[in-house]
Amino acid sequence: MTTTIPQQPTPEQAPDGAPLLQASGVIMRFGGLTAVRDVDLTVNTGEIVGLIGPNGAGKTTFFNCLTGLYVPTEGTVSYRGTVLPPKPHLVTKAGIARTFQNIRLFANMTVLENVLVGRHTRTREGLMSALIRGPGYHRAEARSRARAMELLEFTGLAAKADHLARNLPYGEQRKLEIARALASEPGLLLLDEPTAGMNPQETRATEELVFAVRDQGIAVLVIEHDMRFIFNLCDRVAVLVQGEKLVEGSSEVVQQDERVIAAYLGEPFEAAPAEGQQTTGEQENDR
Amino acid sequence: MTDIPLATAEAVLAPDTGRRTAPFIPLPRNAARAATLAGAVVTIASTFMSWTYTTDFPGDLTVSGYPGGLQVMTLIGAIITGVVALGAFRLKGAAWLNPSRSNNSVLLLALATLGTTWYTVIDIAAKLGGIANLDPGGFVAAVGSLLLFAGALALPIDRRPQEPADAEYYELGRFEKSALVVRSYVWLREARLHHADMRVADARKLNPWLQRLVIVVVYALGLKILTFGLATDYSDIFLGYLIVVAVGLWGLGAGGLLRQFQQLTHRNKRFAATVGIIAAAAYPFAQNNEHWANLGVSVLIVGTVALGLNIVVGLTGLLDLGYVAFLGVGAYAAALVSGSQFSIWSGVQFPFWAAAITGMAAACVFGVLIGAPTLRLRGDYLAIVTLGFGEIFRIVVRNLDGVSGPKVTNGPNGIAQIPDLSIFGYNLGANHDIGSFTLGRFANYYLLMLVITMIVVLVFTRAADSRIGRSWIAIREDETAATAMGINGFRVKLVAFALGASLAGLAGTVFAHVTNSVVPDPYQFSGPVPPNSAFLLAAVVLGGMGTVSGPIVGAALLYVIPEKLDFLSKYELFAFGLALILIMRFRPEGIIPNRRRQLEFHEDETTAPGKRPLGDDTVPAATAGA
Ligand SMILES: Nc1ncnc2c1ncn2[C@@H]1O[C@H](COP(=O)(O)OP(=O)(O)OP(=O)(O)O)[C@@H](O)[C@H]1O
Ligand SMILES: [Mg+2]
Repeated sequence: MTTTIPQQPTPEQAPDGAPLLQASGVIMRFGGLTAVRDVDLTVNTGEIVGLIGPNGAGKTTFFNCLTGLYVPTEGTVSYRGTVLPPKPHLVTKAGIARTFQNIRLFANMTVLENVLVGRHTRTREGLMSALIRGPGYHRAEARSRARAMELLEFTGLAAKADHLARNLPYGEQRKLEIARALASEPGLLLLDEPTAGMNPQETRATEELVFAVRDQGIAVLVIEHDMRFIFNLCDRVAVLVQGEKLVEGSSEVVQQDERVIAAYLGEPFEAAPAEGQQTTGEQENDR
Repeated sequence: MTDIPLATAEAVLAPDTGRRTAPFIPLPRNAARAATLAGAVVTIASTFMSWTYTTDFPGDLTVSGYPGGLQVMTLIGAIITGVVALGAFRLKGAAWLNPSRSNNSVLLLALATLGTTWYTVIDIAAKLGGIANLDPGGFVAAVGSLLLFAGALALPIDRRPQEPADAEYYELGRFEKSALVVRSYVWLREARLHHADMRVADARKLNPWLQRLVIVVVYALGLKILTFGLATDYSDIFLGYLIVVAVGLWGLGAGGLLRQFQQLTHRNKRFAATVGIIAAAAYPFAQNNEHWANLGVSVLIVGTVALGLNIVVGLTGLLDLGYVAFLGVGAYAAALVSGSQFSIWSGVQFPFWAAAITGMAAACVFGVLIGAPTLRLRGDYLAIVTLGFGEIFRIVVRNLDGVSGPKVTNGPNGIAQIPDLSIFGYNLGANHDIGSFTLGRFANYYLLMLVITMIVVLVFTRAADSRIGRSWIAIREDETAATAMGINGFRVKLVAFALGASLAGLAGTVFAHVTNSVVPDPYQFSGPVPPNSAFLLAAVVLGGMGTVSGPIVGAALLYVIPEKLDFLSKYELFAFGLALILIMRFRPEGIIPNRRRQLEFHEDETTAPGKRPLGDDTVPAATAGA
């Protein structure tokens, strides 16, 4: 993996620590099921925030509320102080990019094309300019390609730029999702289980990648079941249990919280058979 | 949105690699080779003999010393099989037809020869009433081609690996219990040829001038083969021709020849495109026959419309079941401003460019009107609405006759006597002599339509390879992910829909003039004569979704084959459906696959173990809860 950092063309950076994303009172109901209950979460610039919780806790649903894929039943999400409309493309345009837990690449497009699609919000060329192909079009296209190649270099996929996305090994597909999300030049990157199904080396490489992303001035909100990964990486961790935010704080605080341990192990009287199990990891990660 | 861990997917979907090389008939190597070559020689010799006594059989096969009719198919098939076999046997100088020295290529070409020869022999016996009508030559041909095929079967053939002994075949359902069924099934599975990973020498290393020469020769040959097929006088001969060409191309592909040619056209893109256009423009000169020029225009029109539909269906993944209505809108718009005395504006006669723009604009407006309310929805709504729109268009046009509704389109009688176009003083309705050639009315329209087709091809390729085209494909691949990447799904789909409609409208303006009149009937969902929406859709699916040449090839095949095989006329829709089912089952990517080329170029790296499928729909439900 390379650690060269491509230059970031949008330097409108707020000072570290200013609130970037503010979700307040987010509630998501599916019929009788309340998947997310009144969750508040703030992500500040320059931060890596973790979101953990047992399976079915509502983490992915919360992500979908943030990115406009779901319209929250109640609550608002604002980014850099303005309330986001619940439309995915507008959220991305505003500066929030995401990856998916169940990889959702454009399978029959090449690796490079996948990243180019990610550039959509940062380019303007419409149908007419594609048909006429004036010098402006060629310049924009060349710039997009150069930027996409930079990102592939950054994620270590440059050698496979012409491969179809569906032919990549699993770990590289996850990386490509990150590269594609970064192509939209986000201020905040949402990662949904970026290391699920990866081996320890790949996980460590992803760790480095997330740090490198943060060093570019992009804040990261990451869902993960791999506790080592989370506690290595995050400045702050929020725990979601049955749709509710149980605890939020530094790694140490969360690690020692009784309620978190109980939530992962189940209620005390059920805990007997789960003796050997630690708070680390869910079954996705043991291959 | 369901989130399913993929950790268990690898075990379930182990990549199906590996192969085995084994003959179908066990014979010593040299015996197999000798049988193959002897079969080829005997078959070639047989075509110089008489196959039947009477000249009643199409194509006169009674002459000795001079192959005619279907004998030509057998002759060509046997010669090519022989050369390909010599290539496979590593004879220097014969490798050019079989660059990967593949026995699979020999086998398939032997199959083509066997197919056309036995078809002929059986056809003679059936048509004339018994095998008594066969001359000795016919028997020699039958035996020779059989020997050729048997010899090829005894060559080592690259096939799928042996099935594991403990494999279970759930797909057989209740037949899984029957040992006979399972044995035949296993035999069939193991018989599947497997040559996708063949290696061929890189044709791009040839001398650049030689590369161009090859391109020119291949295109000229292609034109020759095409016109030869079109000029066949009988369905019998055309069917024999079809067998040789289809199976033969498959065989040459198995030997890597087509891939080498692809490498050449890929390297010399512009040159290949230019030569292709020249070859297409040479078609009316090569044929000099109004009937075939008419066929050419029709193929170009339906091919162009199918290409427009391909933007909507193939690139963007929107199912449009009423697309032919946009062709109708364009045709009617052009007819109304053509100066026909049956138009309500009979005094108005636009020049062609203005009529073309009118047709496009009208179709575009209708595209937006239909698309705007429906494209916000996902799934099947669009299919249903477009299906409805297609029918509504036809019925409305039928009723705008001054009796049931306002008089605009003359109802079922349509707008007749549309005057021929005249472009820069060149009257497309008249004959024009160029040297020794005469360009008739249809040849003129063919050339005009060729220009339109080129424009549409250009629009398609440029749009597909651009920001907007990528967003279409992204929406086709995964609309949720596409919108999460910042694509405004509705807007982008509307652009695709309107562009597709406009291109159909453009083709419609020419269509109106070629047919001299516009009537409501052709613009239906499905019917025995093209263009109808089902035909166009079939052309796209059959030819290859998302490709440029696919829909044009698909439209050409679907148009020409029923035209040439008159015995099909009663069963045309049935044959259509059958062809679609077979294609969907055995070659879902269409005749001309998309993107495969890139895949093949990276064969070595991509077959590495540990690759995983994308998406959660490939994970069996049983593992989903893991
Ligand atoms: N579209 C939907 N309709 C109905 N219920 C849903 C929908 N999406 C999610 N849910 C439910 O909401 C709950 C939270 O699911 P979610 O996918 O957000 O969990 P998660 O925390 O991401 O779990 P995991 O760690 O397994 O990914 C689950 O009970 C799920 O069944
Ligand atoms: Mg989840």
